[in-house]
Amino acid sequence: MADTSWPLIASIAADVQAGKQTAHDNVERALKTIADQKEFNAIIATLDESARARAKAIDDRAAKGENVGRLAGVPFIAKDNFLVFGADTTAASNILKGFVAPYQATAINRLEAEGAICVAKANLDAFAHGASTENSDFFTTKNPHDKTRVPGGSSGGSAAAVVLGMAPFALGTDTGGSIRQPSSFSGCVGYKPTYGLVSRSGVVAMASSTDVIGPLTRAVEDAAVVLDVMAGPDGMDATMIERQDDYTKLNIDLKGKKIGVIKEYLSEGLDKGVKTVVESAIEKLKTAGAELTEVSLPTLPMALAVYYIICPAEVSSNLGRYDGQRFGYSDRSAKDLDTSYLQSRGIGFGKEAKRRIMIGTYVLSSGYYDAYYKQAQTVRTKLIKEFETVMQDVDFLLGPVAPTPAFKIGENANDPLQMYLSDVMTVGANLIGNPAISLPAGQSDGLPIGLQLMAAQRADKELLALARQTEALLA
Amino acid sequence: MSKLTRDDVLKLARLARLQLTDEEVTEFSEELSEILQYVEQLGGVNAAGLQPTNQITGLTNVTRPDEVKSYGYEPSDLLENLPAVEDNQIKVNRMIG
Repeated sequence: MADTSWPLIASIAADVQAGKQTAHDNVERALKTIADQKEFNAIIATLDESARARAKAIDDRAAKGENVGRLAGVPFIAKDNFLVFGADTTAASNILKGFVAPYQATAINRLEAEGAICVAKANLDAFAHGASTENSDFFTTKNPHDKTRVPGGSSGGSAAAVVLGMAPFALGTDTGGSIRQPSSFSGCVGYKPTYGLVSRSGVVAMASSTDVIGPLTRAVEDAAVVLDVMAGPDGMDATMIERQDDYTKLNIDLKGKKIGVIKEYLSEGLDKGVKTVVESAIEKLKTAGAELTEVSLPTLPMALAVYYIICPAEVSSNLGRYDGQRFGYSDRSAKDLDTSYLQSRGIGFGKEAKRRIMIGTYVLSSGYYDAYYKQAQTVRTKLIKEFETVMQDVDFLLGPVAPTPAFKIGENANDPLQMYLSDVMTVGANLIGNPAISLPAGQSDGLPIGLQLMAAQRADKELLALARQTEALLA
Repeated sequence: MSKLTRDDVLKLARLARLQLTDEEVTEFSEELSEILQYVEQLGGVNAAGLQPTNQITGLTNVTRPDEVKSYGYEPSDLLENLPAVEDNQIKVNRMIG
């Protein structure tokens, strides 16, 4: 891979503010890298015109001595399930092809208010349903380290874009692991905040009880600054919690910090390369003075089954709005309204969306609701209680992100259940609502492997501080 | 053990308003059965005495004042994404065939 390094975000912004570097040059560099690396299929669309106009405005303001903001002239890429004003927002689905966002996500508004510039929209599994981007209705993104392999998903385009140096950071969404797993597969930092910390207004909904928004970056420090800009209530997402004071103060002393190593994640079946990398990280943390102990959450192996009831149930509800009448693909050849619904949805949705809609419809139907959906929500409670018990004794948790490194394109494409198993170590944090991060921790046969760290709900600041120290140890 | 027949799949697709091809019906009958069998392991979990979790951070009854706010777009902006409009209204196919 070519040298893809951008300076740290804070440094890029300081240089633009001081006139040492221009937003214009940053945007041109991002657009050129996107064009040069087109073969990886990370990007669905570039926003050349609006990005250049914003860069000019920012350079003008900096030249006049105005304070532009903490992200002055920093280019970024949004997963294509974020609404960006005036740009196509497809969620990589045929049914939303041609949909032009009439308003903008809160996350984008806040980043722009600090001077950031959205340069492109990244590929994903359609509607974020998947772990490889192979479910994109348009094309599959390739892993930056091996073009025959997947970048992970669903935020695979965002992860590949960051690793390929297309922008200093990208935005993703994480419903069952969709920020962390591609970060592990592609080799970047991926942060999933506490549920409710970042507004989802203007982001295409998948499973509303677990959906979160977060950054994919090259360094923990960058993830912290992006989170700091995005976090906090906006009055437009009723699930939001209060934020902590400053996510960029990353001070923590590893000495004496208690970190629980999740027994259930290091069991048999874990890829040897992944195991070696995680064990090596454990040793480094021990040497640095952290206290590592094995902890057990006996219900954790059930988390995937819980997730694959709750997620499709919520998906079937959220995708009900795509009826072919108000926006998106519409089959107008139908003879009546009912047929128009059937045909618009039948043609517009890809296979994975259909699978999830039907599973969701099944588990929510009156005869099966108690056995599936209610039982899943109750086992979810059991998992949360086990997590709370374990967190009374430790400050943080540690484990792998995914059971394997990046798999081959096509390897799991015809086996949906096998594809779901790629989320087995990430869904827990989504069901519990706690923050979790994937950090680049090493390689196996040339493929990156991530380390997952977790903290209790609302301890994002502490988790980012731990991650910053761990990142330094792993470097 | 749930095994979805072709008829089950067709019924589900009808409820979910999805028109499927014959090939999809065959495919989904197998795949959905496999997925349901996997999630059915939850039936064996003892969760006696526990309540279902519907909201993860413990929020209840979050409300806001019922006020009109500007979101930076006009009704006409939203109408632009409509497949068919007539007199500022959504135009749909006839409802009775």
